[in-house]
Amino acid sequence: MPSDSTVRTVLQAPATEPSDVDRRLEAGLDALQTVDQNRAGRVRRRLTGAWPPALALLLLLAGWQGFVALGLKPRYVVPGPTDVAGTLLGLWHAGDAQTALLTSLGRGLAGFVVAVAIATPVGLLVARVRWLRVSLGPLISGLQVLPSVAWVPAAIIWFGLSDATVYFVVLMGAVPSIVNGLVSGVDQVPPLFRRVGRVLGAGPWQQVRYVLLPAALPGYVAGLRQGWAFSWRSLMAAEIIAVGGKIGFGLGSLLEQGRELSDMTTVIAAIVLILVVGVTVELAFFAPVERGLLRRRGLSAETAR
Amino acid sequence: MISTTTSQDARPTRADALRVEGVSKQFAGTGAPVLDGIDLTLRPGEFVCLLGASGCGKSTLLSILAGLERPTAGTVHVPGGSAALMFQEPALLPWLTATRNIELALRLNGVPAAQRSARAAELLDLVHLAGAGAKRVHELSGGMRQRVALARALAQDRPVLLMDEPFAALDAITRDLLHDELERIWQRTGRTVVFVTHNVREAVRLGQRVLLMSSRPGRIVREWTVDIEGHRRIEAPQVAALAVEITDHLRKEIRRHAV
Repeated sequence: MPSDSTVRTVLQAPATEPSDVDRRLEAGLDALQTVDQNRAGRVRRRLTGAWPPALALLLLLAGWQGFVALGLKPRYVVPGPTDVAGTLLGLWHAGDAQTALLTSLGRGLAGFVVAVAIATPVGLLVARVRWLRVSLGPLISGLQVLPSVAWVPAAIIWFGLSDATVYFVVLMGAVPSIVNGLVSGVDQVPPLFRRVGRVLGAGPWQQVRYVLLPAALPGYVAGLRQGWAFSWRSLMAAEIIAVGGKIGFGLGSLLEQGRELSDMTTVIAAIVLILVVGVTVELAFFAPVERGLLRRRGLSAETAR
Repeated sequence: MISTTTSQDARPTRADALRVEGVSKQFAGTGAPVLDGIDLTLRPGEFVCLLGASGCGKSTLLSILAGLERPTAGTVHVPGGSAALMFQEPALLPWLTATRNIELALRLNGVPAAQRSARAAELLDLVHLAGAGAKRVHELSGGMRQRVALARALAQDRPVLLMDEPFAALDAITRDLLHDELERIWQRTGRTVVFVTHNVREAVRLGQRVLLMSSRPGRIVREWTVDIEGHRRIEAPQVAALAVEITDHLRKEIRRHAV
């Protein structure tokens, strides 16, 4: 028995000071060791950050206009920014631009929402259930690599020229990205957090609700962001290939119409519109959400300085 | 034989001491046991420091006491059924504020929603962080984080508080201060504390008893009762004298492993 070797030593000593914590010392230390985050600095940094891309865009447009002005190519092959702007205005006045924008945005959004609704439970199951993970994991990663345009011919055969074709292609593009994002988000949850949950007495469901899901949120949002990008791309591919029938007129259809008429300004105008939608959703929604999420957790570049 | 007895009564009584009897732990596939025949009894409200070199199994013993791992042999009786545990890392959830971290512990402990916010405020005040409740984890200093973690451990409302090298990652000034803090809170709350450390002076500064563990296999080989009345500073000569004696034994223990 190890207790045989246990020796007991008693050390006696007189009292020294009363046990009282110096609150001012503590307050001073707290103040010295914390840095205040200031909001104004953050806004200023973001405004300063907006200049370089704006300048780059201006230079690009100027270079483009300059090239067109040299007259090396006929204007109907390489139109200038002003020509494209004119066509865009014309499309806007005719109402075609709005129709195409709203049709595509509506489809993109609806497809994305359905993709989220499918991918979230699937992602959670794949992340948490071992045999599902082992059997379906590689398949889902593979699907993410497959360009969703590859589904267009199959979709046309199955669903004909209808909106179902478009939605099918969008789902095949977005669902694997969101599933993968959620799975990697769950994987990156530090094991320490799960131990904390167990020590605090969380049951299996509480562990998911209060620890796992919030901890996996940054990965999930990154997956949503990529899922949206894939939805939008897949949607454009589907709209370009599947034109006519009962399919409504979207941005992809506008692009395809421009090609059929050999109208280069319409083609570029459609590309610009597609790009603007993509950038706007990114800048107005995903970027702030992700930035806020990371900042609140002290994970963003601003707070890491 | 493995059995874990639990008790529903959260109030510590003399009969309801923390008892460890013949606890051994051996991980599957590895040779020597990590823990070998650990016997340990803590009076309710006692503060005991577990001291040992790396690999002595002190963290494993703590995990067993916390119910995160099962012993290979022996019995453990923890008053209140389970113990609160503080890690070396603050392990606060970074998406919650200080207050919300404590409230989550209260919620998981079954405290009704109406009482949580008042109780969390009380606990924050206890660790002298009344003004920092709205701050997120990354806005707090290392010392403040550990104080929130302490408040969260107290929110679990268990008679036994286990601490796994909670101040090891802090700078010396902050650590000194947190020793004072912990002593004050221990006296006010009457918790039974098992404090694991590899810092001899820290053990003497805090513990009523200091237990020295051997490594591979982990056994309790020596025990000191620290009987310094009143407030003891880590620089006090009595603390230093005992620390020297304990360090000599610790080194002798480590030398045994030289090949």
